[in-house]
Amino acid sequence: MTPALFAFHAFSAAAVGGGLMTVLARHPVHSVLWLILAFLSSAGLFVLAGAEFVAMLLIVVYVGAVAVLFLFVVMMLDVDFAELKAEMAKFLPLGLLIGVILLMELALVFGVWSGAEGAVDSRAAPTPDPAETANTEALGALIYTRYIYPFQAAGLILLVAMIGAIVLTLRHRTGVKRQDVIAQMHRNPAEAVELKDVKPGQGL
Amino acid sequence: MITLEHYLTVAAALFVIGVFGIFLNRKNVIVILMSIELMLLAVNINFVAFSHFLQDLAGQVFTLFVLTVAAAEAAIGLAILVCFFRNRGTIAVEDANVMKG
Repeated sequence: MTPALFAFHAFSAAAVGGGLMTVLARHPVHSVLWLILAFLSSAGLFVLAGAEFVAMLLIVVYVGAVAVLFLFVVMMLDVDFAELKAEMAKFLPLGLLIGVILLMELALVFGVWSGAEGAVDSRAAPTPDPAETANTEALGALIYTRYIYPFQAAGLILLVAMIGAIVLTLRHRTGVKRQDVIAQMHRNPAEAVELKDVKPGQGL
Repeated sequence: MITLEHYLTVAAALFVIGVFGIFLNRKNVIVILMSIELMLLAVNINFVAFSHFLQDLAGQVFTLFVLTVAAAEAAIGLAILVCFFRNRGTIAVEDANVMKG
């Protein structure tokens, strides 16, 4: 067994195990942590396939942003997770049935498929020699030229998602006292202080 | 020697786990969102594997776009979840029948 094959088996076992535990874990915080394991080991699989840039992106975007977002939401919401888990056994047979059927459908294709005849000739962007051009460099040269419009559209999607998330979660509370700096600075003694002539022995 | 089948097997396993997770955690929408992330990860593994074994860089470019959409989907989904929790005090998706749809 070559080191690469050994690494592949280790990473794939960790990815599948992490995915399975994400689904089965008792508490969502544990689910998120198992999800992080699945993403990290998938990043390892990507490195083995020579896709270093996408692997690093997976770590930065998924582990760094998405998983932390999940963790944040799970910890922020005060939910009784035990109650939600209570009926898990009820759905187990149906889930297993559908999972097994799907797995069998995928297994039917296994081993009997073959590539199209002109597949190699009709490649959209043949990978340059990794010894000459690094993966990141080659990907950048492709994204910023031929895929520039889809790339811009991806940026637009992220912008819309950001605006949508802010609009959805922004909440204006009424009846909260806030500091109004402009109003404070425009006060002057004439309107802020009032002198009253109080006679002795009497209140206001 | 790592072959394409190796990668496809891992991706198929992850995808099925994702589908399984959606059915298993029918009430807990947070875990449903995580299952969707797992399924998208399986798709990404397929893209990268075919990109590697066909020596075609376009597969990795599309992985990038799938990643973008997955991140946007997670952000919007969690924002809707927070909104839903504020209004209803629960995240059980079976209670989400206000619109009588």
